[in-house]
Amino acid sequence: MHSLYLDQFKRSLSIMKKDILIYYLKGPVIIFGVLIPLFLFLAFLTGSKNLSTDFLISGLIGMTMLFTATSVSPVIIPWESQMKTLERLMACPISIHTLIMGDMLASVLFGFFISLVPVLIGLALDVIPIHTLVLVMGIGLASLCFSSLGLLLATPPTNAPSNVMMISSLIKFPLVFISGIFIPLESMPFWGKIIASLSPLTYFTDITRYSLQNVSYYPIWLDFLAIILFTLMFFVLAVKIHKKTLAMRI
Amino acid sequence: MESVIEVQGLTKTYDQIRAVDGVDFQVRKGEIFGFLGPNGAGKTTTVRMLTGIIKPQDGSIRIMGHDIQREPLEAKEHLGVVPETSNAYVDLSAWQNLMLMAGLYGVPSDVSHERAQDLLTEFGLYPRRDDKVKGFSKGMKQRLILAMALINDPELLFLDEPTSGLDVQSSILIRQMLMQLRGKGKTIFLTTHNLEEANQLCDRIAIINHGKIAVIDSPHNLKKMTRKLNTIEVTFSTGVDLAELSRAPGVLEVKDTGEKIVMNTENVNQALSFLTDYAHSRGIQIQSLNTLAPSLEDVFMEFVGGP
Ligand SMILES: Nc1ncnc2c1ncn2[C@@H]1O[C@H](COP(=O)(O)OP(=O)(O)OP(=O)(O)O)[C@@H](O)[C@H]1O
Ligand SMILES: [Mg+2]
Repeated sequence: MHSLYLDQFKRSLSIMKKDILIYYLKGPVIIFGVLIPLFLFLAFLTGSKNLSTDFLISGLIGMTMLFTATSVSPVIIPWESQMKTLERLMACPISIHTLIMGDMLASVLFGFFISLVPVLIGLALDVIPIHTLVLVMGIGLASLCFSSLGLLLATPPTNAPSNVMMISSLIKFPLVFISGIFIPLESMPFWGKIIASLSPLTYFTDITRYSLQNVSYYPIWLDFLAIILFTLMFFVLAVKIHKKTLAMRI
Repeated sequence: MESVIEVQGLTKTYDQIRAVDGVDFQVRKGEIFGFLGPNGAGKTTTVRMLTGIIKPQDGSIRIMGHDIQREPLEAKEHLGVVPETSNAYVDLSAWQNLMLMAGLYGVPSDVSHERAQDLLTEFGLYPRRDDKVKGFSKGMKQRLILAMALINDPELLFLDEPTSGLDVQSSILIRQMLMQLRGKGKTIFLTTHNLEEANQLCDRIAIINHGKIAVIDSPHNLKKMTRKLNTIEVTFSTGVDLAELSRAPGVLEVKDTGEKIVMNTENVNQALSFLTDYAHSRGIQIQSLNTLAPSLEDVFMEFVGGP
């Protein structure tokens, strides 16, 4: 039994490698991954001049993570079905978990490394991480969390990548505004805090804030726990729904 | 005889259409099993259920002793699949496509490298191994897809119209490959619209129509089964009396198509000697003579219903 799981995990690495080669190592994909959050950030920066740089950088890390880890992951499966490569994949001796895990791992690597870009920007602006290990662990966990969210966004059985893009934008942009990136949690009204607590990005932003500013709204263990729970929930849901919808794409 | 595929009561309904309707059959180890039927008969739907891509509404499928629903990984491990509409990854090279498949089937890399080299050479793609598939012709892509299906050295190969739309050379290459695989004891499930291909390759043929199996037998037995008799086509130097010809022993029907006279007979030998005697006694000459055995196409049309 043990070796079966290990074996399937190795096969998910093959899926991951394919995804990286085909979907991620593309100039435009990488550039957009960095640019979209940067533009959002600059737009925000010009609007409010009285916020500290370390507050802004911690928000930028959060946004970059959200946008990169959910940029490509939702469209891979619809894209494969449109390109007629999905049926062959489904005939392989891999479980749906393995397929989803492979897509997820590729997205995790992408999310992780691109999110280091705003960290480097911070370093250039003299924002030195106070809790480096917490920051790196947080970035690692959050890339898992948002990648599994990306795969959940891939579940509607439409084969047009543009439809999926639209659906996921409808979810991603509101997330940015409710997660304490532009307005610190402590200055939110009560109902704002309630809504914020439903977003996984809130907890990740809390972690980056703790790492860069040494302040956090929630206890740091709670942030980690919340992200782990969100990850598990997204992954389990994604597998469950894909099991139903994958055959509808053929 | 050992069965590699066992199918019972297989049924799949789409909306109102019974795409596959209570299909039963078995495929024996080492045979090439042909699956024929008109467009929309349910061939691809059946292949998709057999390869675990879609779930049947009803019925059971055992692939090499494994239930495809309950033990999909074990069942799929020894399969090679060439779906009806499938592509290799166009942004990867031929080599990368093969290595991806090897990884997904858990083939160790030393084995997969050697196999990939052999397969690419056999399919005439070795010189292009590092080129992206984007630039491949349709025939090259199809050969690559077949190579990808063979990277795990499968015991059982599913091919859904593998030669449709290919030129003669590519088709022949693929057919030769299939004969070779059969020689190695592999089992092949082949869907095709090319009756000549089925006739040449298949040990047994199933004809499916409207989701139901009409008949399963060897091409030889199928041709014997048809109501269509042997046909003799003959032309004489002058006009002849059809009534006289129809008195020939064993001849059931005589027609004058204008161009030639067509006779259907149970006994070619008797009819031919009657014809030569007839021509000789009347002092007329036979200008051309042609005998035709019933073809798979005749059988097919009978079971499926002609136009
Ligand atoms: N995904 C689907 N949704 C709805 N109907 C379908 C679907 N797939 C197949 N069908 C229907 O099921 C029937 C059988 O289709 P199938 O593709 O199995 O035929 P086929 O024998 O492979 O035909 P062809 O020779 O054209 O490939 C057809 O009536 C088809 O319209
Ligand atoms: Mg078909």
